[in-house]
Amino acid sequence: MLVYAIQRIGLSILILITSMVMLFTALRMIPGDPATIMLGSRATAAMRARITEQLGLDDPVLVQLGTFFGRILQGNLGTDMWSQRPVSQMVLENLPYTLVLIGVGLGWAALIGIPLGCYSAIRRNSLIDRLTGVISVGTISIPSFVVAIYMILLFAIILGWLPVIGAGDVGDRGDQALHLIMPGFALGLGWVGYLSRIVRASMLEVMGDNHIRTARAFGLPEFRIIKSYALRIAILPTITLLAVAIGGLLSSAVFVEAIFARPGIGKLIVDAANMRNFPVVQGGVLTTVALFALTMPVADLLVAWLDPRVRATL
Amino acid sequence: MGLMGLILVLIVVFCGIFGPWITPFDPYKINVPDKFQAPSLHHIMGTDNLGRDVFSRVIAGSRIALSVGVSTIAIALVLGLTLGLIAGYGPRWLDNLLLLIFDSIYSFPTVILGLTVVTLLGASVATLMFVVIVIQTPAYARLTRTATLSLKNSEYIEAIESLGASKARIIGVHLLPNVVGPLLIIASMDIPSVVALEAGLTYLGMGIPPPAPSWGRILQEGFGLIRVAPWIVVAGGIPLIITTLGFTFLGESLRDNLDPRLRRVV
Amino acid sequence: MKDSVLEIRDLSLHFETQQGHVHALRRIDLDVPRGEIVGVVGESGSGKSTLALAVMRLVSVNARITSGELLFGGGDLLKLSEDDMRAIRGTRISMVFQDPMTSLNPVRTIGQQMLDIQYRDRTSSGADKREKAALALQRVGLPDAASQLDRYPFQFSGGMRQRIAIAMSLLQKPELLIADEITTALDVTLEAQMLHLLRELRTDITGSILFISHNLGAIAEICDRVVVLYAGEVVEAGPVDDIFNRPQHPYTQALIACDPARIETATRELPVISGDVPNLHAIPAACIFSPRCPSVFERCRTERPPNVEVSAAHLARCHLLQDARA
Repeated sequence: MLVYAIQRIGLSILILITSMVMLFTALRMIPGDPATIMLGSRATAAMRARITEQLGLDDPVLVQLGTFFGRILQGNLGTDMWSQRPVSQMVLENLPYTLVLIGVGLGWAALIGIPLGCYSAIRRNSLIDRLTGVISVGTISIPSFVVAIYMILLFAIILGWLPVIGAGDVGDRGDQALHLIMPGFALGLGWVGYLSRIVRASMLEVMGDNHIRTARAFGLPEFRIIKSYALRIAILPTITLLAVAIGGLLSSAVFVEAIFARPGIGKLIVDAANMRNFPVVQGGVLTTVALFALTMPVADLLVAWLDPRVRATL
Repeated sequence: MGLMGLILVLIVVFCGIFGPWITPFDPYKINVPDKFQAPSLHHIMGTDNLGRDVFSRVIAGSRIALSVGVSTIAIALVLGLTLGLIAGYGPRWLDNLLLLIFDSIYSFPTVILGLTVVTLLGASVATLMFVVIVIQTPAYARLTRTATLSLKNSEYIEAIESLGASKARIIGVHLLPNVVGPLLIIASMDIPSVVALEAGLTYLGMGIPPPAPSWGRILQEGFGLIRVAPWIVVAGGIPLIITTLGFTFLGESLRDNLDPRLRRVV
Repeated sequence: MKDSVLEIRDLSLHFETQQGHVHALRRIDLDVPRGEIVGVVGESGSGKSTLALAVMRLVSVNARITSGELLFGGGDLLKLSEDDMRAIRGTRISMVFQDPMTSLNPVRTIGQQMLDIQYRDRTSSGADKREKAALALQRVGLPDAASQLDRYPFQFSGGMRQRIAIAMSLLQKPELLIADEITTALDVTLEAQMLHLLRELRTDITGSILFISHNLGAIAEICDRVVVLYAGEVVEAGPVDDIFNRPQHPYTQALIACDPARIETATRELPVISGDVPNLHAIPAACIFSPRCPSVFERCRTERPPNVEVSAAHLARCHLLQDARA
């Protein structure tokens, strides 16, 4: 099991490294002075000089690559030229907000989506099943930012029930919770449908298996069969598919944060991108990529831990 | 469901193709005295802060959305097909390298990749198209690669090769027909996400620059004016919903009806 | 007649498919006397498994039981509510299935599954239940039973899994055990062991066994009575000796004659029954075996033969017999 874990994480790290190299190369492949590209035309000469010196932009490429990786390993993501603050600090300030948002969004999507998927599989072709199917497809395809905007229109502007901007006052949990309702809902809406669909598909496959028939033949109550027998097996591919979809979740989070002006990695990147502030963009991007790259092996390991068949082969 | 999808798609396509002829007003024409008019019979979706007719802008936007969507996916398809064939047929190291690159691109959440590129290259139509192509190609390449690999190793191909068929012939006659079907279906299902991506990036200010009436642009302007002229935002969202729902419904029912076997591949 | 633990009367079942109705079981009469092993023999597609599932009321959703009674324990199983039926499953009637590789839950240990089965027992402790499970495993010949409880099905071979399945089904001491082709997926040696096991267990269980198989040898070895099924109908039923030594129905005769184990002289060609199993969509009014019967005559094609009592407890559905009597 340990070897398996190391393998999976190793692969992810390899992918991570490749991404970083690609990022690095991309910057330097663009015609023009890297300093200007990274900071945009509004940067002062002093800023440009400082970043050239800091990143050693005049040094040979391989040296630059070395320092690049060296710095990252130390946790140094560079300095924001405009505010003179370390990018890593900016990232750390914003990351928790994004994580909370994603947690809430995915959380309520799972709370509703998984049971809905189960129910649809058990009562196949019932009204609820078909309704869920159509609505799922609908909510999955509608872009989350459209949902977010409409929600703001309805709940904040017209009805005035919920606040729009920001994450709420620090320290005031109630206020923060209030500020989470709309963003969390907008983020999770598409995922309710997605989750219910994959749970439904997995469940349908499992329910057709012979051992479910055996369980019935022993008179086990239906609820237990679904919970301990079918769901326990169907959840495994669900976890894998979820991990793959985290990327989409992060993308949606960017929009939601931007629209609701919530602090978070997404907003950090968007604001920096608008200002053509590449060092900050890079720092944020590296963080999200690392996050995403690590979710996959974590999911694989979780599945391996839950499925005794996989555990045994390791 | 499929029928509804078809209808919606046809509406969008119709607007896209015949846009310039059916817009009641010039989408670009600024007419400040007419600004902030609520929807009426005259201006079906009202006017914005510069007096432009929102409905016309929406229709014009369909042209942008569709042209960006279709062209980028088409290019990504061709690129993906080629790369996938190379990966499948070529030497092992090349395959591994390409796979690594594809997975690395995958590990960038879509929008974030877009933002990165835009930061570096500036916001323009070309940048946007570049971003979409970079994002979409790996998926198509992977599909082609899988098909190529499984076909390459099949006994059927060995038999044909022993009869002297050239690689080109194998690819052309045997491989491509198998791959094209699923590819096209996936590609058509990708159109809504590409349109959404374009709209989203433009909304954030990173996509197609003004005054082009991309739906994302309309939404962005509308959001800023949401308290004063809420109809703009409503107008901007509707076409997006229609397009995404339409193409997705169509794609889903197409996939369900065409070949149940495809469901495993797709 | 002896007291029967299960009496199937006039059972008819069809499946609803897109191509129409498939009449899988037609007017089945079957008795399982208490304490006896009744074999149900027939070729693939004869309806054996469907019959087994019907008794357990576990048939698929598109199956319809259109007539008949399943008399068990003083009542008709078909009239019970689902909850009441569920109370019977695993406790008073148990079933062992054909494929040991897929019949057990892969992600739960044997012990967990055997404890699950005992869920109705609210008085015994967990330890007691484990004890009971270990004893059952021991009884079916699994070495080191207690530690096996914590292992997963995939850690056992097919033969052992089948033993485990048998142990599970006997946990609650059912009155009737349905064994649906339990040796079909096993090789010959394992099959012999399994039959030996069943015979041994007979002294343990006070109940009866409904033994379903297409293997005549196995049937001959352990059954007391035999029921011959062809294309959804019972064509002959009787004591095992009678059926094998004095088969009356042409199908039974052909079946026995074609059994490779019985071929005494060396031959290049194995005897077969010519023709195919009939299409169950359209059931003729006549004898179901008539298209393939070597002794067929006019009446067979137009009239369904009645059940003729050849001797005590031996019945066969054939016009030939009636004529002989007349």
